[in-house]
Amino acid sequence: MNFIEVADIDLIYGDRSGVEDGTATLALSKTNLSVDRNEFIALVGPSGCGKSTLLKLISGLVKSSQGSVCVDGEIVTKPLKNVGMAFQNATLLPWRNIRDNVLLPLEIVEPYRSEPKSELKRARAEELLATVGLSEFGNRMPWQLSGGMQQRAQLCRALIHSPSILLLDEPFGALDAFTREELWGVLQSLWMRRKCTVVLVTHELREAVFLCDTVHIMSARPGRVIASRSIPLPRPRTLEMTFQAAFVDLVHECRHHISLGKTS
Amino acid sequence: MNRAKVERLAPWITALIFLMLWWLVVKIFHIENFVLPSPIEAFAALYNFRYPLMIHGLATLGTTLAGFALAVLFGLVLGILVGSFRLVYSSLYPLLIGFNSVPKAALVPVLVIWFGVGTIPAIITAFLLSFFPVVVNVATGFATIEPELLDVLRVLGATRRDMIMKIGIPRSLPYFFASLKIAITLSFVGTVIAEIIAGNNGIGNVMLIASSNFNVPLVFAALIVVGVMGVGMYAIFALLETRFTGWSVRGGGLEHAVGG
Repeated sequence: MNFIEVADIDLIYGDRSGVEDGTATLALSKTNLSVDRNEFIALVGPSGCGKSTLLKLISGLVKSSQGSVCVDGEIVTKPLKNVGMAFQNATLLPWRNIRDNVLLPLEIVEPYRSEPKSELKRARAEELLATVGLSEFGNRMPWQLSGGMQQRAQLCRALIHSPSILLLDEPFGALDAFTREELWGVLQSLWMRRKCTVVLVTHELREAVFLCDTVHIMSARPGRVIASRSIPLPRPRTLEMTFQAAFVDLVHECRHHISLGKTS
Repeated sequence: MNRAKVERLAPWITALIFLMLWWLVVKIFHIENFVLPSPIEAFAALYNFRYPLMIHGLATLGTTLAGFALAVLFGLVLGILVGSFRLVYSSLYPLLIGFNSVPKAALVPVLVIWFGVGTIPAIITAFLLSFFPVVVNVATGFATIEPELLDVLRVLGATRRDMIMKIGIPRSLPYFFASLKIAITLSFVGTVIAEIIAGNNGIGNVMLIASSNFNVPLVFAALIVVGVMGVGMYAIFALLETRFTGWSVRGGGLEHAVGG
């Protein structure tokens, strides 16, 4: 049994009876997805295909209309605990400095929650901030940081409690190309240092191929996974590799699947 | 004179100009002092009746603060409920708006029937007039939390209490303080209305007695007292606001965003 197992999921926004007359939307239809423990996967597809919805299904934030989601052998019926999440907006708390923003999950997740606020936790946050190149910025307020730096901080917040699952919803979507590519490297090294299962939603195929073990391609709405491509490139991957034939071919192959999915 | 100095002096100059215009209007049109006294007569009355005005002013201040405190407490709790639960919002909001549209002056006689003449109807009127902005603002602060942020907390296993304490309350503080500035001034209005209609002390009562004696300068002196107290309380809450919610006002030119 795989770590995450999505089986024959239907998801309807609205009433099932409304799908015919258009008052409800069939977002996902007969979707299947399997993810191994500590695997890094991407969900790619045309916009509106239900990538983010599938992400929310895995986390338990959204309930499926039909079918089941299993995580670690248990059926997901309510929001999972101990998951890390990051979004396109950094969603940092503007009244907390960067370090206290990163420490937020430790105030909520057990067993850290019951532990007193200690130097140990603080050191943990500082260490994580250092790995993403923010060691000097713990005392700064979020608005004092650039968009890219806020995203780094957000990644730290998503990882500080060592979650078993990290869910990323277009985390680099609002950044410029240079910053984005730089953060691919940051994310890869974070993941290689402390492995966890990562589901990345993105519309950037180069990003998916660069970061992931497997890229799952979804069709236009109603979305489902129409192709899965494993990425056998060795790690750590470098930006140099993105210009090599093997990488470019993989990106092309994924793009081909997407264009097939649009017409079907 | 530098810009900061000009800005500090500006409200005083405006007040002075206003008083001069008032004085000019009275002089030019030869208005009798039982219709509209000149500011000089009003300030003379302020001086002559300084002790009763102080005693009744303090009574009004006390009543106002009591009504205001009730409004803040009630408004905060109701605002949190309305802002964080959809059902409470949809079931309560129309009623709240309807209630707020009722002229509170019309309620004072009813309150007198229930509680008798005196301070209690005034406290309740002050409360009724000032709780609404607190509710609306706190609810807005809660209702406009980014849904992604709530998702982040939910998948950490956060309880509703966690979300209110860690996100909701700090986030709605700027809204809350903004509402306090409105609520405190409305609270004065409520108190004085109730005192005029059915009080046995307070500034409103002074105004009622003075106007029935055609001592219009004293009426205006009383108005000045209320106005000054209102501005004073407003200033106090504005100060508290900058103390507690400095984070919501960016920059201040102290530090600049760093690139990267």
